Amino acid sequence: MPRKRRPKLAVWKFASCDGCQLSLLDCEDELLAIAGELEISYFVEATRAVVKGPYDLSLVEGSIAAPHDLERIKKVRRISKFLLPIGACATAGGIQGLRNFADVKDYIPLVYARPEYIEALETSTPISAHVPVDFELQGCPINKRQLVETVCAFLQGRRPQAPAHSVCLECKMRGNICVQVAQGTPCLGPVTHAGCGALCPTYQRGCYGCYGPKETPNTASLSAWFKNRLGVTDPELLRLYRTFNAGAEPFRQESKAHEH
Amino acid sequence: MSTRTIKVDYLARVEGEGSLHIKIKDGAVAGVQLAIWEPPRFFEAFLRGRHFTEAPDITARICGICPVAYQMSAVHAMEDALGVQVEGPLRALRRLIYCGEWIESHALHIFMLHAPDFLGYDDSLQMAKDHPDLVKMGLQLKKVGNELVALIGGREIHPINVRVGGFYRVPAKEELAPMAERLRWARDAAMKTVAWVAGLPFPDYEADYEFVALSHPDEYPLNAGRLVSNRGLDIPVKDYEDHFQEEHIVYSHALQSALKARGPYLVGPLARYNLNFDRFSPLAQEAAKDAGLARECRNPFQSIVVRAVETLYAVDEALSLIEAYEMPDAPALQAEPRAGVGRACTEAPRGFLYHRYRLDEEGLIREAKIVPPTSQNQKIMESDLGRFVSGHLDLPDDKLTWQCEQMIRNYDPCISCATHFLKVKWDRE
Repeated sequence: MPRKRRPKLAVWKFASCDGCQLSLLDCEDELLAIAGELEISYFVEATRAVVKGPYDLSLVEGSIAAPHDLERIKKVRRISKFLLPIGACATAGGIQGLRNFADVKDYIPLVYARPEYIEALETSTPISAHVPVDFELQGCPINKRQLVETVCAFLQGRRPQAPAHSVCLECKMRGNICVQVAQGTPCLGPVTHAGCGALCPTYQRGCYGCYGPKETPNTASLSAWFKNRLGVTDPELLRLYRTFNAGAEPFRQESKAHEH
Repeated sequence: MSTRTIKVDYLARVEGEGSLHIKIKDGAVAGVQLAIWEPPRFFEAFLRGRHFTEAPDITARICGICPVAYQMSAVHAMEDALGVQVEGPLRALRRLIYCGEWIESHALHIFMLHAPDFLGYDDSLQMAKDHPDLVKMGLQLKKVGNELVALIGGREIHPINVRVGGFYRVPAKEELAPMAERLRWARDAAMKTVAWVAGLPFPDYEADYEFVALSHPDEYPLNAGRLVSNRGLDIPVKDYEDHFQEEHIVYSHALQSALKARGPYLVGPLARYNLNFDRFSPLAQEAAKDAGLARECRNPFQSIVVRAVETLYAVDEALSLIEAYEMPDAPALQAEPRAGVGRACTEAPRGFLYHRYRLDEEGLIREAKIVPPTSQNQKIMESDLGRFVSGHLDLPDDKLTWQCEQMIRNYDPCISCATHFLKVKWDRE
């Protein structure tokens, strides 16, 4: 059977740390095979060669946080058949989304000596706030196994397997003892999206929610548990929900509930 | 009058997004502008009000390639503020995870970002078609580094196990044994890497740098030491801000670090090598000599060789640390909140970074200052580009452009790190 044209892959970066696109280069055993199945056509972190679009699959890292990116993401959408935001910046606005709870004009002089030269949007927002997306991979950073699975699913024309259940379930599957029940360590596992393999509880610490909210999380119940049984204060609760996925709606709302 | 312009709108194979603009007027370089147009992310602003225990997790997100460097500078600075001294096996574990990051980051840079320039490939995937075994070896070497970071830290990008006072969980000695097997393979691979990069064709260029790096009496610097230079600087880390300043350059509207007394300086592998050669392990010293690397190296294109020697050192050091390791009684020392100021420098793969935090009595951060390696090297990068171009004006545009890109990659710049300090905006003529 004649081989079809290899699909074109593009990797785009917006406001981010580069960690999620690095996950692709961190697939040391799979990278050459991936490059055999897909034509890596635009990936500035890895190559100076550029193959013109349109692209079959676009991985998008980072949030929309600067004025010129408002237009750029629309262009990326126009020239991409499938568009896949990867990581907490792209799916929830990232840690830089903490500006959404403050006035960015107060932030700028704390970092820059000449605020008048800074071009920054008032908010840092996910890709889906600006263009339609085809699927999303949550996580800060994403899990590279999930990335490979998602790319394979794309190549095979099927839906990726990325369960939307909680970290708790992953913890049970690993046979961990619950850090919250057994040790009284506050853990966001019950409301956090699976994908990391329950890393933090495995390392004897509470989950800090870097994969963002799971489907239908009951954050209010968990917060009540934290407060009443573990003595966690409102300012601590606010900080707990307000990190890398602070802009994800369930976490945003829950953090608001603990503002004073 | 003739004007020639060299422009690279998207610098490839660097971490983060930047561009380069060089103007040549009447046969002389009229201006070099390295523009960094990453959107600002305001880490120092939103760190205010966060608890000291959160700093390692939050600052890791400044950079996906060297998160351990940010975590290490953050925990050491907090411990400085809180009067906590981490010694023994916990200190050794920190050094071990840092070795993992050096191996991972250096192997990435050598094989995937830098070497393709020397051999005329656009990227390592193209290079792999002609040199499959070499690229596969590089990827496996990188993988060993990532495995080491993941073993100690839980995962390779944004590890979850680093905390103020130590770790959340420490490994038993036998958990490290399989890693030693992998590292013994990596030691051979790193030696082959040194020998290979030593034979690359290096453009003819040298500069009279002031090198600045940490220096420690007993070890090649990672987590600790004094800040020293080849021009007499020798200060404790706490005096950093007395000797260095971030300047706001009007033409580029960028913040760039400089020595108050003397101006631009270089940080990173070349600086560490020139200031600390005698603290390399014998194996690393031997490899450097066999590679024909001079005791003093001032050609930035040869930084790829120094990176390879440092990779070998990191593998060798990791093996020694694993061999000597005894599991500590507790995974961390207690760190109680108190008001104070803490400062620390540690050596990221691409150069040292400085953190300073002021804490209140509840342990909340009131002020944060972070100076990453790339903002320290920015001035040198621009002056090197100007000098290099002046000496190679006879080259055609495409070749000169490529060599300029290669020059920038000599510094392994991390633009995402630098960007919350840098914002460049200028008119293109």
